[in-house]
Amino acid sequence: MLDLLSGFVAELRTVGLPVSMTEHVDAARALEVIDLGDRTTLQQALRAVLVKNGAHLETFDHTFALYFGHRFAPLDSDDDVETMPATSSPSPAPPSPSANELDTALLEALDAGDLGALRASASLAVDRYAGIEKGRPVGASYYLYRTMRHLNIDEVEQQVAERRLGDDASPLEQRLAEDYAAEAVAAFRDAVEQEIIDRLVDERGVEAMVKATRESLPEDVDVMLANRESLEAIEAVLAPLGKKLAARLAQKRRRRRRGPVDMRRTMRESLSTGGVPLDIRFRPPRPSKPEIVVIADMSGSVASFARFTLLLMHALSSEFAKVRTFVFVDGVDEVTHLFDEERDPTVAADRIANEAAMIAADGHSDYGRVFRAFADRYADAVHPRSTLLILGDARSNYHPPEPEVFAATARRARRVYWLNPEPQAYWRSGDSVLDAYAEACDEVRECRTLRQLEQFVMGLS
Amino acid sequence: MSALDPREELAQRLGIPVPAPRFTSPGALSLALAEQDYLSSSAISSVTYLADRLAKPILVEGPAGTGKTALAKAVAQASGARLIRLQCYEGLDEGKALYEWNYRKQLLRIQASGQGDVDQWSALEADIFSEEFLLTRPLLEAIRADEPVVLLIDEIDRVELETEALLLEILSEYQVSIPEMGTVKARQIPMVFLTSNNTRELSEALKRRCLYLYLDYPDVQRERDIIVARVPGITTVLATHIAEVVHSLRRMELKKSPSVSETLDWARTLVLLGRAELDDAFVVETLHLLLKYQADIEKAARTFAAPGA
Repeated sequence: MLDLLSGFVAELRTVGLPVSMTEHVDAARALEVIDLGDRTTLQQALRAVLVKNGAHLETFDHTFALYFGHRFAPLDSDDDVETMPATSSPSPAPPSPSANELDTALLEALDAGDLGALRASASLAVDRYAGIEKGRPVGASYYLYRTMRHLNIDEVEQQVAERRLGDDASPLEQRLAEDYAAEAVAAFRDAVEQEIIDRLVDERGVEAMVKATRESLPEDVDVMLANRESLEAIEAVLAPLGKKLAARLAQKRRRRRRGPVDMRRTMRESLSTGGVPLDIRFRPPRPSKPEIVVIADMSGSVASFARFTLLLMHALSSEFAKVRTFVFVDGVDEVTHLFDEERDPTVAADRIANEAAMIAADGHSDYGRVFRAFADRYADAVHPRSTLLILGDARSNYHPPEPEVFAATARRARRVYWLNPEPQAYWRSGDSVLDAYAEACDEVRECRTLRQLEQFVMGLS
Repeated sequence: MSALDPREELAQRLGIPVPAPRFTSPGALSLALAEQDYLSSSAISSVTYLADRLAKPILVEGPAGTGKTALAKAVAQASGARLIRLQCYEGLDEGKALYEWNYRKQLLRIQASGQGDVDQWSALEADIFSEEFLLTRPLLEAIRADEPVVLLIDEIDRVELETEALLLEILSEYQVSIPEMGTVKARQIPMVFLTSNNTRELSEALKRRCLYLYLDYPDVQRERDIIVARVPGITTVLATHIAEVVHSLRRMELKKSPSVSETLDWARTLVLLGRAELDDAFVVETLHLLLKYQADIEKAARTFAAPGA
């Protein structure tokens, strides 16, 4: 069991969870105290000891399912687990129920919300529909998709909702039934996925499966390469991250410097110590909030990165004196008003794509043209108190970069930062004109992940 | 197993007899909490049980109003321990959390002793840094208590990062070092809960010393049980219905989801008004008891009126 735990901890570290040595030791101790025969208890105990961040729980559960999921067939606690016989010896063709029977059983289970019955149905459904082929190198999600499609799960969900309703159901009752059905089906989907993973682990071994399905933490995903699901995961952690960063920035600002000595309060305080000023009081420092001007490339390749950065900057807007936002492809337009109008910054970000006039010619990024247009129309946005932030990969499709125009704008700003979502190794290849602009910037940063973005923002104030 | 049980090891270091575990199993813990009208989930009871057995503090995180503070109170009551609470706030310092010298009293003592020579001074010095002049604050009090204690450090995320360091010695060694007096060791092993609303990241050092419990909103069954336990005179049918509506609200993307305490307020109102069941119009009318933003109320009313959207 201890070897197994070490493997598990090593895998958690590989994925990016910070597990310290003391926590590993604690986990080993926890194993002595709890009932090892029960999967939920084990999972909860290890979770409490090894994970200290709510955002990491999902990753933990995923890895746990791989490592320990299939071991909870009947298991003696002090048995050497590694020698457990594989339980999936060629299964004697089970007396498979007909499609109808399965459907009815599933409906019953979903309606009753009975977890045991759900698992049984999941197992049957996988037998029947997943069609798992030995040695075929496809992921669990493929089999999951296949099973769910054969079950016609959307229709099942509807039926579950209908079963719970009487004839004259009010809209509210209908809504509740729909919610119930959606959740029951989600639970069933999880059960099916676990079932498939268990079977694949049996077939291929833990190590292979772990490698095949390893996922990075949302904050470590490379935004340029992320698929839709990871992008959603990133967006989900953005809002809490913004809140956290704002609190930290505010704290940093408050404590950074003391103001001048406050004589009145110092004298007042000294009365309690017989007129001797033991504690010297200071006036609070005048907060100096930077003014931010963001110019973001919204062309296809870097759009999602720009979106996240804009969302984050606006989540933090209380920590800046002002945030002005400009977007461009080959024309440039101001979108600050969208963020002012919409309470929800994600809605504002959605509106950018439709409402901003950022295409002036052929819709291919043209940095030189954009900086010239910016200097012509929005020159007043940049002044000695503003921090200029450029988001983009500086790939100008071989248009002339016009670095002197950019440099003139940059000179008027207090600081100029360029965030590039491309890996640093690619910066000077192809149509990248970053070099032409780099000289005018205080700093050019590679910014591929949320973590890098977070580090940058913390240094801003 | 050659490794010492963590409780034994700690007791040896503190020089106290090994205390019996507070609870015999997660199941027993969960029953004991239920007697205090606190309905735990299996995660809550197994993590709390584990914390007691490993003699480690628990860091409880989660949205507001999910029963983080209530958990500590219930555990204190269930185990017959005294609850000592330290409410954290920005600017909390050693003097308010740990201990402070009562320097006004010290000053008086010095003045009372009059002018003396050098011998007298050193006697006096030893005297004014003795227990008599020590003002104990919650953390030190929890350590020095003779009877069993549950220590609740509430909203730890409100103190500055540097202040967290004050807690580290107490959390891992159960002792406090006072430069003038030496080290004060715990006379019993207190059970420690820290709660956090996650407004900032806590330091690694602190997290490493704790077990972690994430308290999310309860599921429908558990919330129904909570309502039945906490609201006298409510029927199970109504409680179920209430739990379902609240659960459905939490699935929407709202600015602030209703907390358990708001659910209870709502349930109490319904009982007071003598409602036996919910209907659509009534739910919409009383949404303001559950939701605190006008935008949220409008959104919920819209969603409830148009299912399938």
